Amino acid sequence: MSEGLRPSQLDVRPESVLTPARGIPLDPAMAAALPDPSLLHLVSPKILTARARAASKERGAGARIGVLVTFGALFWAFIFGVLYRLLTYFRGVEEIGPFLAGKLLGLVLLSFVSILLLSNVITALSGFFLAKDLDMLVAAPLDWLKLYGAKLLETVVASSWMVVLMAVPMFAAYGLAYDGGLFFPVLTVLLFVPFLVIPAVVGSGTTLLLVNIFPARRTRDILSVIAVLAAGGVVVLFRLLRPEKLARPEGFRSLLDFVAVLRTPTSPLLPSEWLQKGVMGFLTDTLDVLPIYLLWTTGAAAVVLGALVHRRLYFTGFTKAQEGAQKWAKAGAFGTFGRTVLRPFGVLRRELLLKELRLFFRDSTQWSQLILLGVLVVVYVFNIKFLPLTGEGVTFFLRNIVPFLNLVLAGFVLASIAARFLFPGVSLEGRTLWLLRSSPMEMRALLWAKFWVGTAPLLLLAIGIVAVTDWLLQVTPFMFFVSVGTITLMTFALAGLAVGFGTLFPQFETENAAQIPTSFGGLLYMMTAVGVIGGVVILEARPVYLWLQARAFGGTAEPGDLVFGFVAAAALCIAATVVPIRVALARLERVER
Amino acid sequence: MIELRQLTKRYGDFTAVNAIDLTVPRGELFGFLGPNGAGKTTTLRLIAGILQPTSGSVRIGGTDLHADPRTAKAKLGFIPDRPFIYEKLTGSEFLRFVAGLYGQDGPQVEHRGRELLALFDLDEWRDELVESYSHGMRQKLIIASAFIHRPEVIVVDEPHVGLDPKSMKILRELFREYVNRGHTIMMSTHTLEVAEAMCDRIGIIAGGVIAACGTMQDLRAGAAEGGSLEQIFLRMTGENAARELVDVLNV
Repeated sequence: MSEGLRPSQLDVRPESVLTPARGIPLDPAMAAALPDPSLLHLVSPKILTARARAASKERGAGARIGVLVTFGALFWAFIFGVLYRLLTYFRGVEEIGPFLAGKLLGLVLLSFVSILLLSNVITALSGFFLAKDLDMLVAAPLDWLKLYGAKLLETVVASSWMVVLMAVPMFAAYGLAYDGGLFFPVLTVLLFVPFLVIPAVVGSGTTLLLVNIFPARRTRDILSVIAVLAAGGVVVLFRLLRPEKLARPEGFRSLLDFVAVLRTPTSPLLPSEWLQKGVMGFLTDTLDVLPIYLLWTTGAAAVVLGALVHRRLYFTGFTKAQEGAQKWAKAGAFGTFGRTVLRPFGVLRRELLLKELRLFFRDSTQWSQLILLGVLVVVYVFNIKFLPLTGEGVTFFLRNIVPFLNLVLAGFVLASIAARFLFPGVSLEGRTLWLLRSSPMEMRALLWAKFWVGTAPLLLLAIGIVAVTDWLLQVTPFMFFVSVGTITLMTFALAGLAVGFGTLFPQFETENAAQIPTSFGGLLYMMTAVGVIGGVVILEARPVYLWLQARAFGGTAEPGDLVFGFVAAAALCIAATVVPIRVALARLERVER
Repeated sequence: MIELRQLTKRYGDFTAVNAIDLTVPRGELFGFLGPNGAGKTTTLRLIAGILQPTSGSVRIGGTDLHADPRTAKAKLGFIPDRPFIYEKLTGSEFLRFVAGLYGQDGPQVEHRGRELLALFDLDEWRDELVESYSHGMRQKLIIASAFIHRPEVIVVDEPHVGLDPKSMKILRELFREYVNRGHTIMMSTHTLEVAEAMCDRIGIIAGGVIAACGTMQDLRAGAAEGGSLEQIFLRMTGENAARELVDVLNV
């Protein structure tokens, strides 16, 4: 706003601000015409917000960027390395090499389409119907098409950036392995843009229809459950298809069968197939313009159709979106049962625990993730079951060392779950902290309530995973007790760390619980958790090795050697449980909100 | 000028606004009162074009909001009860953005923005991110943004929440000057003294219908026992409940 003006030059009487400033010409065209701000103007707050975020000097911003860049570079290098190796191998296989490469690309792009569809449906719901700036935008005299364009652009960017990041090393590997040349990146961008737009239009159109049928907040509940079920379904389907068998032609009856499978298009009507054909056509010198044509015409037609549907249904949907969510919740049976079971904890702890449970189970975005979790556990156990740990060449040593290493994987899974569910606990209290702080309750009770409500299901899951995989692998009773005992203590440690770090690095202003684990504190938590998991496994490695050696080759292990490692690992876990919560308690008592 | 004809809004079985007929002419500051949940905010959001009425019509400055929403909205400035401002924009960036939504930019808008910010003591904060503003400062910024494009009509929901006494005085003067120039304001408030002191006419809404409407004199004349606006309001909207409350407190 007029940088050159000094405050003394400003007339700050109420009557003067209602009068056009003298000496500054009025634009008559502007006064006469109907306002028509550009698309760029409508998205400018998002651009300015991104710029302000990038320039902000909040605590740990540098470290966070450093960690993200490092992890990102490692991730890219890993994807690129694996794919490049595979593709150079495919390139060396005559006849079927390009088919294999195309099939692989088609599978990956198909999974991209599923991810994009889901994420666009959910992003469109917040962007088009629940975003806080909508009141202002809808009340403004905007052209409906501009509003649609701006929100569609926001949706595309918000739901596609992750897919784009994953696609970069993948296309780089294809381009380099097949000598794509300098034009390859241009062609890829040309093909990839409509590939991203089509699911965005379909996703936002689906959301528009759903919101017109259900109220928006109910739609969000329904969508979060559908999304999670669909994501779980995709994972299970992918595992059941076992794409790795394509790399083992000996599983097919004849080579002809195998080639026939490779030649058959996976999904000829989906944009993933067109993109795959366009890319592979260019790379194998058989460029066909039909896929490019199909992608762009379908993309353009989708945008036009989407805009027409938007014009017809948006305002009705937006009005419906203002309607309240669920007005009441059934309290009866759950409340009575909870009160009875939790009676020994006393009134305060009981009510705290019940509040935590109610908030969790009444928020479908929270509990629905349990479904996804269940699916992942099934896939995890399924993969363990199919590990080639029976038959010739598999030793007693190997069969018992796998469940031990399984602790590391299970630890990572538990740490990620704790980061998602336990770490945000205190941050989510931000807006109600005044209530808790002004009551005579001790903050200790709050932290421990959060700890136990999170730890109990985590412990069930942890013991479930480890016990089932131990049983599938038929480990010795010693290894069974070691692994179950270790995972129990490790669960306490990971939960304690999550509650502790979540309190030390709170995000009181964030409304979206899903964003909290990606904060700087969340990253620190994950790194510390990995450190503790590593520490426990290293401390236990020696006693486990000594015992297995004694069992495999005869002899006995020294009890002293065994005890030290296990006791040290247990001490580490107990310290990691108690110390963070104590430190966090001191921090929470100093919070002034 | 604002004209509401048989304006109705239903949510399922619940009727939030029931066949309201109301005209707020040019040069009038109209106060809209009512207990919580009476339908005030819903009515104002219908006038702002944020909600679609179940039936009935809204005209802003002679333009039908449903038939020609862009022309009607271009004449309107809306100040919501729970205003949202982009946290990562500065005060002046936000004003510039809002002016742009109404198709305005250039030196006049820049100058006007500075004056509005200065009027509300926000000039020194104009280049600070909104996230660092207090609740009252945000409220003042939102009010400033409603004036940036020189609307004919202002619809404002609870403008006094969070304002300090000086800002309240400025706002009163600004609103008065604005209606003296032939513009229209429709304002909802819970502060009855403010309504009594500021408004030319007052409408009391209860259960989605207008229970009483007129100048203070009209309202006093209409209510058999006369009295202050508070007494009239309580009589219209639930005197019994208030009496019961007093009884409970006395016990």
